[in-house]
Amino acid sequence: MDKNVGIVIVSHSPDVAKGAADMVRQMVGQEVPLAWCGGNPVGGLGTSVDAIEKSLHAAWSDRGVVIMVDMGGAETNSEMAIERLPEKRRTRVVVCNAPIVEGSVMAATESSASSPLEKVRRAAEELYLRS
Amino acid sequence: MVVKRAIMRANDETTRELIEAIANVVIAHTKELTELDRAIGDADHGVNLERGFKAVLERMDIIAVMPLGKALSEVGLTLIRSVGGASGPLYGKLFVTIGRHVEDARVLSRDTLVEAGEDAVRVLMALGKSDVGQKTMLDVLVPVLDELRSARGTAVLGPLRRRASSAAQATVPMLARKGRAAFLGERSQGHMDPGARSTELILSAVCHHLESRPGADT
Repeated sequence: MDKNVGIVIVSHSPDVAKGAADMVRQMVGQEVPLAWCGGNPVGGLGTSVDAIEKSLHAAWSDRGVVIMVDMGGAETNSEMAIERLPEKRRTRVVVCNAPIVEGSVMAATESSASSPLEKVRRAAEELYLRS
Repeated sequence: MVVKRAIMRANDETTRELIEAIANVVIAHTKELTELDRAIGDADHGVNLERGFKAVLERMDIIAVMPLGKALSEVGLTLIRSVGGASGPLYGKLFVTIGRHVEDARVLSRDTLVEAGEDAVRVLMALGKSDVGQKTMLDVLVPVLDELRSARGTAVLGPLRRRASSAAQATVPMLARKGRAAFLGERSQGHMDPGARSTELILSAVCHHLESRPGADT
């Protein structure tokens, strides 16, 4: 059986990224490949292409990986990290347009039900369609 | 046969001078760029680009001995690695794309630059998921590219610089649709876009550099 869809959490703040990952682990459990990163290459607020790339490999699943981002550079740097992946992996990674904390939990919940990549992404993105 | 006139013939020294001119102007405006970004963004544009271009300067001895195209690409890769904000990949891809075109061209002509610029604009639109008129660096790049494309005669650098400046100024009343500034809606109006300003600074530094070279024109 394949691994479930992986989740990578990318925030400008390592504390936010780790906190969101903690919530996923506690609320959803261990059956979802999960990695997080935050902070720029010198440790301040921001994001790092290298760190995102490492996280993508760490949370890799052949079913794909969703990336949860907070704002601006987290998304652009995630796109850059995707470009650096081997070609076969690139098409199996998507950046979610969703709130980072709630989106991470929703995506992980959907992934834990062994859902495919597109469904996992939708579970997170639908949060923006509510209310 | 049309002989394309070279805009510049690069050697180690001119490559170093050009890239240092770009890096130094950005670093000198760190505070201004950060203040512009504080008004409508997340107040990190200046410090992020400063970190990126300082990393470029630190690697100058390696970069300056490369052929110009490779050197520009290396500047881009250094920015991508070291910046840590959206400006890293955006400027990184800009330099990498232009670098690749310069690398492929035998003569660095205006046609080469126009093609490189058009390609870079396409790449940035895709990466930033943005278009002209959304208060971004594209609002300087695209008008300057238009100017470069339509320019006739030899005195092109002055008009290019003025166009970069007026284009950056024209982002002031624009409504932001990208990045954090988009959350601000109408409150984003009345401030110059920091990315447009940094693009103006860089293009202006390139023009100055070319003007200071004997026999330089397009």
